[in-house]
Amino acid sequence: MTSALNPRFSFETFVVGSANRLAVTAGRTVAENPGSAYNPLFIYSGSGLGKTHVLMAIGHAAKTIASQLNIEYLTLDEYVEAFHAEIAAGQGDAFRRRFQNVDVLLVDDVQFLTNRKEMQAELLRLTEALQQSGHQIVLASDRPPAEIADLDERLISRFSGGLVVDMGVPDYETRVAILRRKAEERGSKFQPGVLETVAKVEYPNVRELMGALNRLVAFQAVNDMPMNAEAASKVLGIPTAASSAAASPAAASSAAASQDEFSQFLTDVTVTVGKAVEAWRARVTEAVMRWEGEGYRTGRLEKLLEQETPAAVDEAIAAYVQDVERLKALEAEVAVLDPQAAGAKVFRDPEHMDAAEAAAAKVRDGAAPPPPPSAAFPFESYVAGPSNDVALKAVRDVVAKPGKKYNPLVIVGKSGLGKTHLLNAVGLELAKKKNAVVACLSTQGFVDELIAAIDGNRVDWWRARYRRATALLLDDIHLLAGKERTQEELFNLFNQFLDADRQLVFTAPAHPNTLDGLEERIVSRLEGGLVAEIAEPDKDLRRSVLERLLTQQHVPLEPALLDYLADRPIDSVRSLTGVVQRVVEAAAAQDAPVTAGLAREVLEGAPPPRRTTGLRTSGIVVSSAGGVRSREKMVWDWPSAGDRVIEDLR
Amino acid sequence: MSLVNFTSREITCKIVYYGPGRSGKTTNLHYIYGRVPETRRGRMVSLATQTDRTLFFDFLPIDLGQISGFSTRFQLYTVPGQVYYNATRRLVLQGADGVVFVGDSQARQLDENIESLQNLQSNLLEHGVDVRTMPLIMQYNKQDLPPELILTHAELDDALNFRSVPSFPADALHGKGVFETLKAVSELVLKKLATGSPAA
Repeated sequence: MTSALNPRFSFETFVVGSANRLAVTAGRTVAENPGSAYNPLFIYSGSGLGKTHVLMAIGHAAKTIASQLNIEYLTLDEYVEAFHAEIAAGQGDAFRRRFQNVDVLLVDDVQFLTNRKEMQAELLRLTEALQQSGHQIVLASDRPPAEIADLDERLISRFSGGLVVDMGVPDYETRVAILRRKAEERGSKFQPGVLETVAKVEYPNVRELMGALNRLVAFQAVNDMPMNAEAASKVLGIPTAASSAAASPAAASSAAASQDEFSQFLTDVTVTVGKAVEAWRARVTEAVMRWEGEGYRTGRLEKLLEQETPAAVDEAIAAYVQDVERLKALEAEVAVLDPQAAGAKVFRDPEHMDAAEAAAAKVRDGAAPPPPPSAAFPFESYVAGPSNDVALKAVRDVVAKPGKKYNPLVIVGKSGLGKTHLLNAVGLELAKKKNAVVACLSTQGFVDELIAAIDGNRVDWWRARYRRATALLLDDIHLLAGKERTQEELFNLFNQFLDADRQLVFTAPAHPNTLDGLEERIVSRLEGGLVAEIAEPDKDLRRSVLERLLTQQHVPLEPALLDYLADRPIDSVRSLTGVVQRVVEAAAAQDAPVTAGLAREVLEGAPPPRRTTGLRTSGIVVSSAGGVRSREKMVWDWPSAGDRVIEDLR
Repeated sequence: MSLVNFTSREITCKIVYYGPGRSGKTTNLHYIYGRVPETRRGRMVSLATQTDRTLFFDFLPIDLGQISGFSTRFQLYTVPGQVYYNATRRLVLQGADGVVFVGDSQARQLDENIESLQNLQSNLLEHGVDVRTMPLIMQYNKQDLPPELILTHAELDDALNFRSVPSFPADALHGKGVFETLKAVSELVLKKLATGSPAA
C-alpha cells in the first residue's frame, strides 16, 4: 500500500530556481541529518510545482547516505486507507508500531486532513512519537498548515514548530532550465529560441509547462522538421510580439504583448544583475543563504560581500564551513550531556568560536556523571553462603554479561542481609569494564535528584545524565511508592536501558508484586528479569561473617566465641555486625579480652558492673556502644502525649 | 537609500523621471504601470491637479522578484515639471540611483528642456551629487508629432546631450521607447552597483 519512491524523482533531476531553493536546501539538510535538522519539515506549494518530487528526493538522498534507514513514502490517503484496513483487522497497535519504527516518514497531500478528526489525532500521535524518538517526518501540502481547513490547533503548532517552506512558481530562467532538461530527457532537440519562447509564458505550474513541451515534441515529431520559435508560438497559441504588432499596431496594450514587454525587460535586468553580481558574490551569497537557512550567523561571510575584491573568498568560505562543522560537533556533544544547553545561540555563531568552545567545556564540566557505586562495598568482602548463592550466581552472570542475561536483576531480601552491599559490589565490578558509566544510588537519592532537577528546571539535563549510564542500580526500589513522576521517569529510562541492552539492578525488601504503591507497568517490568532472593543467613554464613568481622576488629578467633555468637538467633548480617560491635566495645570498656563468656554476659544481660556512684537509675543502662542492656526494663509503649496530658489535668 | 543590500539581499533602485512640464514623465509611468503584471506592481501613487498636472510626484514601485538571489525592486518617481515646484523636485531627487531625463521633442520647447536640464544639474549638486556620476538617460518624447513641429533625434542630441549619454526617441503615449529607456537606465544603475561601492 505504500508507494515506492519513484527513481526519477531525485534531487539530481530537480531543477532548482530561486522559487524553490529554500525547500530544496531544507530537503537536502533533512536527508543528510534525518530527525535533527528540521523536524517536522513542512513543504507547501501549489499543485504541480514539485512537492512530490522533493519529498521523494529526500527519501532517495537519505537512503543513499544511510542505506539501513527505514524510509516510507505515502500519501495521506494511503495512510488513511492503511489505518482503516488495520483497524478493521483489529490491528490498530500494529499499525502504530509500524509507523513508529520508520526513520524517515514522507507524507504527501496532507491537506486532505480536512474533516478527518480521527486521522488528525492519529497523525498528531505519530508526529509526537517520531519526534520524540528522533525520527524524521516530512509533510507536503498544497497550502500552509494554518490554512488547512478544520485542522487541529495542536497539529498546526506541531507542523509549524519545525520548518515550513513554500515553493513558488518557477521564474523565467528556471522555466528555461526545466524545459531544456526535460527536452534533453526526451531526446528532443529544438532550434534556439523555441524553449525560451515557451518559457516566456507564465504557466501556473510545471505540469502545464510540461504539457506545452509535450505538444511541441509531438508536433515536431509529426512534422519531421525542426520547429522555429514562431511555429512553436503558433502551436501553443502564444501571440508573438510580431503577430500582435501586425494585427493591431496601435493596440500595444494587448495583454500578451504587454506581458511580453515586461518579461523581456525582466530578462534583460536579470542578465544585467547576473553580470553585476560577480561569480564570487554569487558563491558567497549562496553560502550565506544555506547557512542562514540552517540558523547559523553569517556576518563573517556578509562582511566579504561588503568588500570590493576580497582575497581568497573560497578559503574564507571553507574556513567558515569548517567552523560550522566544529560548532555542529560541539552542539552534538553538548546535546548528549545537556539537551537544554545544546539549543544555545552560541553554537550558531561561527564568529565566536571561543565562546562556543567555552560553553561546551562548561557543559562538559557541569555534566557530572551519575552517582557511582560506593567503594566501601567491594565484591571480595561479600560473604557467600547457601542463603545467598542464587543471588550471587545471578550477580556473577550479570557482571559477566551485563544487559544480556538477567535484565533487570532484582535482589530481594529483608533488611540487613547485604542487598546494598551486593548492589554496590555489582556496580563496582561493572564499572571496571571499558567505557562503563555506572549509576548506583538509593531510590531516595534518585527521587531527590529528580525533585531538585524539576526545581532547577533542568529535567532534560538530569535525564541526559542517566541516559549516559551503561548500568543503572537502584537500592530500595520500594521507596518509589507513590512517587508518580519518578516512576514515570524510571519507566522511560527502564525502556531505554532494556532496548540498549544496558544492565538494570534493583533491590527491594520483598518480591516486587507484593510492594504497594508501584505502578503495574513498573512491577511487570521488574518481574520481567530475574528476582533473586537473599534468605536469612544460616549458621555457616553467620560464622564466616563473624570470622571476617572479628578479624577486622583484631580479635583472636576462639572457636567457643564463634560458636556462641553464630548460634545466637540473629536474622540479619546487620544485626550480627551490631552484636559483634557491642561485645567488642564492652570488652574494650572492661579492658578484658573478647571471650565467649564476656559475650554471653553482654548479650544475655548478666548483672551489670556495680556502679560506684550509688545513684538510683531507671535500670536502663545505655552502653557506650548504643545498645540497651536490659531489654526487659525498656518501656516500649508510652501512652500517647494526649493521654498523658489528660491524666495530669485530672 | 541603499542601492544594494547584501545583508538582506535586496536590490532597490530609485529611478527618477525628470524633465520640463508636460514632457510626458507621468505618461511613461502610466505606460509601464499598464504593462507590469498586477502581482509585480504596487499601487501607483499619483498626486495630480484637476487638469492632470503632477502636483507633487508620481510613485510606482515594481517588484522584479528574485534575481540571482536578490529580491529586486524598482521604484519609479516623477517630479512635477512646473518651474515653481523646485522644492519638491529636489526632495524627490534625493537618493536617486538613476535619472531619466524626459525631454519634449517640440522645437518650441527646447528652451524649457535646457532650463530643466540645468535645474537637474543644480538640484543634484545641492545633494552633493555630480551629474556626471549619476546614471542618466535621455528620452526625447512626442516623436509621433508631425515632423515639422519637432526636432529630430540627432538635433536634440546636439542640443541637449552634451555628455553623450544613451538617448532614445519615444512616444510615451503609445509606449514606443518607454521600456527601452527603462531598460537602459536600469542597466546603467545596476552596472554602477557592480563597479561602484555598494551603499551600506
